[in-house]
Amino acid sequence: MDKTITQIWVYLSASPLLWLSVTLLVYLAGNWIFEKSGRRALLNPVGVSIALLVVLLLGGGIPYRTYFNGAQFVHFLLGPATVALAIPLFQHWERVRVLLLPLALGLTIGSATAVLSAMGVAWVLGGSRATLLSLAPKSVTTPIAMGIAEKIGGIPSLTAVLVILTGILGALLGPPLLSFLRISEDEAKGFALGVASHGIGTARAFQISGVAGAFSGLAIGLNGILMAVLIPVFARLLGL
Amino acid sequence: MIAALAALLVFQLLGEIVVGASGVPVPGPVAGMLFLFLVLRARGSLPPSLKTVSETLLSNLPLLFVPAGVGIIQHFSLLSREWLAILLALLVSTFLSLGATAVVMQTLARVLRRKGARG
Repeated sequence: MDKTITQIWVYLSASPLLWLSVTLLVYLAGNWIFEKSGRRALLNPVGVSIALLVVLLLGGGIPYRTYFNGAQFVHFLLGPATVALAIPLFQHWERVRVLLLPLALGLTIGSATAVLSAMGVAWVLGGSRATLLSLAPKSVTTPIAMGIAEKIGGIPSLTAVLVILTGILGALLGPPLLSFLRISEDEAKGFALGVASHGIGTARAFQISGVAGAFSGLAIGLNGILMAVLIPVFARLLGL
Repeated sequence: MIAALAALLVFQLLGEIVVGASGVPVPGPVAGMLFLFLVLRARGSLPPSLKTVSETLLSNLPLLFVPAGVGIIQHFSLLSREWLAILLALLVSTFLSLGATAVVMQTLARVLRRKGARG
């Protein structure tokens, strides 16, 4: 009996099926906890799911590579999901069109602030070169941020983690900060959430309204394009 | 449903090809988003199945970040060495960029609207 269980385990732990299923189940559990808690931002499904999976992997002594071998099918969908952001953009284009100038200026100032303040604070506190370079693209959506980090000599997988932490922080602190600053328009709320905290901010923005979500999705794409061009220049100017 | 999913993948593929061939420093999926947007504008309408598939994907966006986030287990030693610098960098910059973007955008939008109302 024990032998069969071991055999099944050996088979399963080598196939992508196990960790793909576990990722989906843990996320469902994370969603359930989020709903049960009355949608407390601290218990957001991403943060809770990651924490649960980390505990599972560490407890079971499972290497990340084995886990990712299964979870990569979920990760892959980030690409098509980015393409899908064209749809809310198309639906709300009339609102976007009249706001092009405020959008361009908000994006430029907001994203430059994100990069320079993150690198500046880490530099003052003695962050290593690898940390500084991995931090630079942390407000950009995961696949783009990893590409930028690789290009400038950061650690792409560390960048992915920093991107997600940024997303969780933005979704958590964004709405109270926006109401403190008396930001009343959904367009500005959504766009700011997208510029500062990419897709996780966008998921939060869609909870505010469809318009906020569309502007947030727009911010992800624009921020990705702008930062892919500017961050390598910043890094060179700072002599990193 | 399958046609809509295929459309998203094909536009991503198209984006990757154009980016790869031209050397423009834009990520493939972002170029794909741009192409899909242009095609939708030219068409003037949104196929219902594409709307359904994209809404399903986008309403589950947080799930897609989980696998990369679990990668935190590879970086525990660096994070334990530099956690304070990283945490403060993330907090300060998220606060500043969120606030700056929202304030700039709302202020400018209001100025434009007032101008538009007057002229």
